[in-house]
Amino acid sequence: MVAEITRDDAPASTRIKPVRSPSPYPSWFYLPAAIIYGVLFLFPTVASLFFSLTRWTLFDATFIGLGNFQQFLKEPFLLQGLVNTLIYAVLTSGLKVVIGLALGVMLTSQIVARGYLRAVIFFPVLVSTVGVGITFTTLMHPTAGAINTTLALVGIHGPGWLTDPHFALISVALVDVWKGVGLAMVIYMAGIVAIPQEFYEAASIDGATGWQKFGSITLPLAMPATITVIILSLIGGLRSFDLIWAMTKGGPGFTSDVIASVIYKQYQAGFYGLSTAGNVVLFVLVAVLIVPLSAFLNRRQVEL
Amino acid sequence: MRRPIHIWGGIAAILITTVVFIVPFLFIVVNAMKSSREAAMRSFAMPAVWRLWDNLVEVIQTRDYMVLTAFVNSTILTVASVTMLVIFGAMVGYVLQRRPSIWTGPANFLILAGLIIPPAVVPTIWLLQGLGLFKTLHGLILIEVAYGLSFSVLLFRAFIATIPRELDEAAIIDGAGPMRIFFGIILPLLRPVVVTVIVVQSVAIFNDFTNPLYYLPGNKNATVQLTLYNFLSQFNTSYNLLFTDILLITIPPLIVYIFFNRQIVAGLTAGAVKG
Repeated sequence: MVAEITRDDAPASTRIKPVRSPSPYPSWFYLPAAIIYGVLFLFPTVASLFFSLTRWTLFDATFIGLGNFQQFLKEPFLLQGLVNTLIYAVLTSGLKVVIGLALGVMLTSQIVARGYLRAVIFFPVLVSTVGVGITFTTLMHPTAGAINTTLALVGIHGPGWLTDPHFALISVALVDVWKGVGLAMVIYMAGIVAIPQEFYEAASIDGATGWQKFGSITLPLAMPATITVIILSLIGGLRSFDLIWAMTKGGPGFTSDVIASVIYKQYQAGFYGLSTAGNVVLFVLVAVLIVPLSAFLNRRQVEL
Repeated sequence: MRRPIHIWGGIAAILITTVVFIVPFLFIVVNAMKSSREAAMRSFAMPAVWRLWDNLVEVIQTRDYMVLTAFVNSTILTVASVTMLVIFGAMVGYVLQRRPSIWTGPANFLILAGLIIPPAVVPTIWLLQGLGLFKTLHGLILIEVAYGLSFSVLLFRAFIATIPRELDEAAIIDGAGPMRIFFGIILPLLRPVVVTVIVVQSVAIFNDFTNPLYYLPGNKNATVQLTLYNFLSQFNTSYNLLFTDILLITIPPLIVYIFFNRQIVAGLTAGAVKG
């Protein structure tokens, strides 16, 4: 399989020079990985920069400059995808930080049934996203769904979680948090367990309250965990596709469309240039948010 | 001594997590046991007739045993791509950690790029078509390897840093070549992290929906995640079969979780503690 690819277009930079190196750590160990990564990931990424500037049918590409990007910013439904992506990413990562931290603190305390709680909260991380999406779509049905029929028992008229344009995106984001908060929790647990116990003992001797200990010891010293959770869930949230596709397909209308679902829809419709421009927009969005953010967060951490 | 807050707090936490996290799974299980008319009500009521077995048989027979084909496809996909991820990822992590060179900088940059850049979908399809790999399992296997390499290399590099260099040096003095040293000495020592990579990546690839949707379309090559759409249609969804299928594809991750719980958590929390 690998040989098939090397034959036609291995990038020149990955070819090793015929010099025999006596090193026990030969550079050609990079080669298999570099070829697969270079051909199937790097090359399409670079090519996307060109194709995003074209009207493209897969057979020929007409150069149209920034036309696709203009369309992205002008068409209301494309622009909404961009805004929704940001809302979705910020909402999911914010909730994962807050709930994940609360659960992490709780499950590193002396609370009973820690093993059970951890296992139950973490398991959804490993379950198929599409399966989770379909299950919650059924539970969130406006009239027949279990959530609204339960709410009706106590006299609350539940909203159309996925059919009301005001709720659809938020409902999907909440399911995303349901599925992913277990990961944030175990990351926080690892971070909190690593904090030396002496700090808490010293604080107790000084008469600190539980909240003071949390604010001045746990929160700052669990900063690496917070950074990991924020970065991971922002990247995941910005790129999120399968859950939204399984639950709303971007609907009702375009109210829960995100860039990743726009990319798929434009691809299905045959607008390959526009779809690729969507990819570039997403790439730029991720890079613009993640790179400065991780630099900023990591600097704050050094100061502590 | 446990303070009362830990007991009452624990009981409250058990109740809340049971409602929030267990009930949705219970819903799947209960509805997988119903007849199609009962399941169409989408309620939590216990089934009048227990017919999990009949549903299972029906799911498997649907569309000419498509679920079985899908399980075979997903198994091949997962085993092949995870094998490559382990071997190629370990080779890169090893050289990257052991020998700083002009490649180290670019390699680190590309690893980060692989973690954050969303794959360019249509150019990849165009490329796969050019290589004759579009709509083939081989193509999808290589795609999963390309997308998963960054994470594997990171885990391997961090672990290899804990293996003393003196081991390599002793082997060099004994006259072992690079292949001997890596495959004979280093790789066996990497066992804990190999297990972590296998477990984390195989769950991710088995559950992958987006990449098969783009790069392996068509019923003939369906992977397990795509079989759910057999039972889902806008007007005539067979909820009992749908939930039986969800139950079926949740079993492999459940088994992995029961046996490799520790390794999964270890792999996913790498980086949470300042190293």
